Amino acid sequence: MTGRTTSKRRAWINAQIISPAQGLHGLGGILVDDGWILAVGPHVTRNMVGAGTEISDCKGKLLIPGLIDMHVTTGEPGTEYRETLASASEAAAAGGVTTIIVQPNTQPVIDDAAIVDYVLRRARDTAMVRVAPMAAITKGLNGELMSEIGLVKAAGAVAVTDATRSVANANMFRRALMYARDFDMLVVQHVEEPALSSGVMNGGEMASRLGLSGISDMAEVIMLERDLRIVEMTGARYHAAQISCAQSVEVMRAAKARGLPVTCGVSVHHLVLNENDIGAYRTFFKLSPPLRSETQRCALVAALADKTIDVIVSGHNPQSDDTKRLPFAEAAYGAIGLETLLSAALQLYHNENISLERLVEAMSHKPAKMLGLETGRLAAGAPADFVIVDPHLNWKVEAASLCSRSKNTTFEDRTLEGRAVETVVAGRSVYNYAP
Amino acid sequence: MTSHRLTPALLKSQHLLGISDLSPLEIPALLDLAETYVEVNRGSEKRHAILTGLTQVNLFFEASTRTQSSFEIAGKRLGADVMNMAVSTSSISKGETVLDTAMTINAMHPDFLVVRHQSSGTAELLAQKVSCAVINGGDGQHEHPTQALLDALTIRRHFGMLEGLTVAICGDVLHSRVARSNIHLLNKMGVHVRVVAPSTLLPSGIANFGVEVFTDMRKGLEGADVVMMLRLQLERMSGAFVPSQREYYHFYGLTEEKLACAKPGALVMHPGPMNRGVEIDSSVADGAQSVIREQVEMGVAVRMAVLDALSRNGQNGGQR
Repeated sequence: MTGRTTSKRRAWINAQIISPAQGLHGLGGILVDDGWILAVGPHVTRNMVGAGTEISDCKGKLLIPGLIDMHVTTGEPGTEYRETLASASEAAAAGGVTTIIVQPNTQPVIDDAAIVDYVLRRARDTAMVRVAPMAAITKGLNGELMSEIGLVKAAGAVAVTDATRSVANANMFRRALMYARDFDMLVVQHVEEPALSSGVMNGGEMASRLGLSGISDMAEVIMLERDLRIVEMTGARYHAAQISCAQSVEVMRAAKARGLPVTCGVSVHHLVLNENDIGAYRTFFKLSPPLRSETQRCALVAALADKTIDVIVSGHNPQSDDTKRLPFAEAAYGAIGLETLLSAALQLYHNENISLERLVEAMSHKPAKMLGLETGRLAAGAPADFVIVDPHLNWKVEAASLCSRSKNTTFEDRTLEGRAVETVVAGRSVYNYAP
Repeated sequence: MTSHRLTPALLKSQHLLGISDLSPLEIPALLDLAETYVEVNRGSEKRHAILTGLTQVNLFFEASTRTQSSFEIAGKRLGADVMNMAVSTSSISKGETVLDTAMTINAMHPDFLVVRHQSSGTAELLAQKVSCAVINGGDGQHEHPTQALLDALTIRRHFGMLEGLTVAICGDVLHSRVARSNIHLLNKMGVHVRVVAPSTLLPSGIANFGVEVFTDMRKGLEGADVVMMLRLQLERMSGAFVPSQREYYHFYGLTEEKLACAKPGALVMHPGPMNRGVEIDSSVADGAQSVIREQVEMGVAVRMAVLDALSRNGQNGGQR
């Protein structure tokens, strides 16, 4: 990433600082030197920082730790027309995301230390936010043979996952978890039993009315329950990438009560949208896992509030017109989401479903902790990654002005309330909102 | 069979099926006897006549270089008539069962049957059916008693004793009969035994074998007097148990740098055949701390001692 450091001291003052892990909630400022936080809290004021420091007055806007998006698909290497690390990082910066965790389902697959290294070097040279890759659990994502989990970790991969595929072979998955545990590597699973996942949207009445084949929530719960048994046996750290239904919530809640080292995520789409949004076969709403019913959505929101769900992700998955302008059943899965992650999540705050503290925890602090990152907190000595947020600024999502190379957003032409107005990575301002 | 000899019995059992059957007194007695054969083997006159007139059949269902030839030389030096059954050209390849083959051989009145088979428990099965002494030359993933004895002899000759030493057994413990026999033997002799491997190559419940378990090789080697490497079959390191050869070498291959974590001068052992550059670096295998070739030498002496000891067991002599 370019220009990560700066030797100049800068301060952001008069902000509403929210960083629950450090117990920060109130007016204050943040003083940054050479990419690192020097001081943060109510005592950081114009008088405190003194002359010679460049000062930004936040005028009471929110200042939160930079978001860490654990589920981002790019097209680099392999399908750069969809998204490059550079374009994804621009989208991230515009959305208040300061670290993106990229999925290994590229071409070639990130299943090898050399490709991990390639992604990190490309990111260093071209991206404006921090980038860390997940590597594949199995070679070529084929579910058959373990990839070099120890070597990819040493090269900088922060977790292993087979991206959009579940490791279906239980014996293979058992061995992978045993092996990953030896290296304290987080294993991230797409929870969907392949034999039950031949549909294209949520199974049920809506799918039947549209004449589309459905994916039952059973496909998710069965895989999740199987996985949790294997976790119990092996003791490895396990993360269900995205859950989408109430039954998965129940299963996760019980597993956590048993003390298993398990976590789960949810995409922001599944928190604010439901299957009815598909309407007249709108393919941008074709996601994996599928959007479920309103009842299921409410269960997910409640589970986020009570911390059964640990993290919110964008599920950013850029698709071109060629793969989306097709009959619903033939279209590709996925929607972009980096630029709308924060704004969409803020809807939950405006609706009084979720507190700001909980949102910050689920989009920054918790992912950092799970992945072993230094970021995700506002504290002296931490990297200076944060976002200035105007929670009430209304803006219209227009495809043409999105930074992502692909425009498959579920929020097209919608007006969202609240957004990042300035994004700071390593003390350097990488994005400033200009309406 | 050898009732004319006035030597005391060494072993309670008529067979040598595994280390787990041996008592803590029988093991040093066998090692002491083997010591005498080390001297014999180094002398110019290696032939003894104590097994004259006895017949030893080597029945190897699995390929073997050193164990089979070691048993053959051991038997011949003691004066026995030794026959190697070539399984690939025998009736086994025509569909005969293991037991039928053994019974057929048994009908020819051999005195020793040395058997190696890919299935655990085969030696035990044959011992129940045949009338001669059965020596387990390795059964599946169960036991390989003469390997453990020769390893113990090698270690004892270097340190003068076994008790109190720390031995780290590293590699594919899951599939290794050598590891199991060594764990049993070393535990009986008061050795601190460690196993070092990725979790995918450790049998479940291994901690209950009386060993300390390590998945980090450097920690596992810290303070070890002996580093015992195990062979990892190539087909097991292409993703099924271990991601790749290079990853295995990186984390679990014995290099000079990792060996430096063990005690200075720690012995390096390997039951062979080695995968150089996979589980062991050539510079270590051929280095000053390596006793790998000495292990082979001790193998002959130990097998002579086993044949000698079993021949003293007069229980069946009359039946033959």
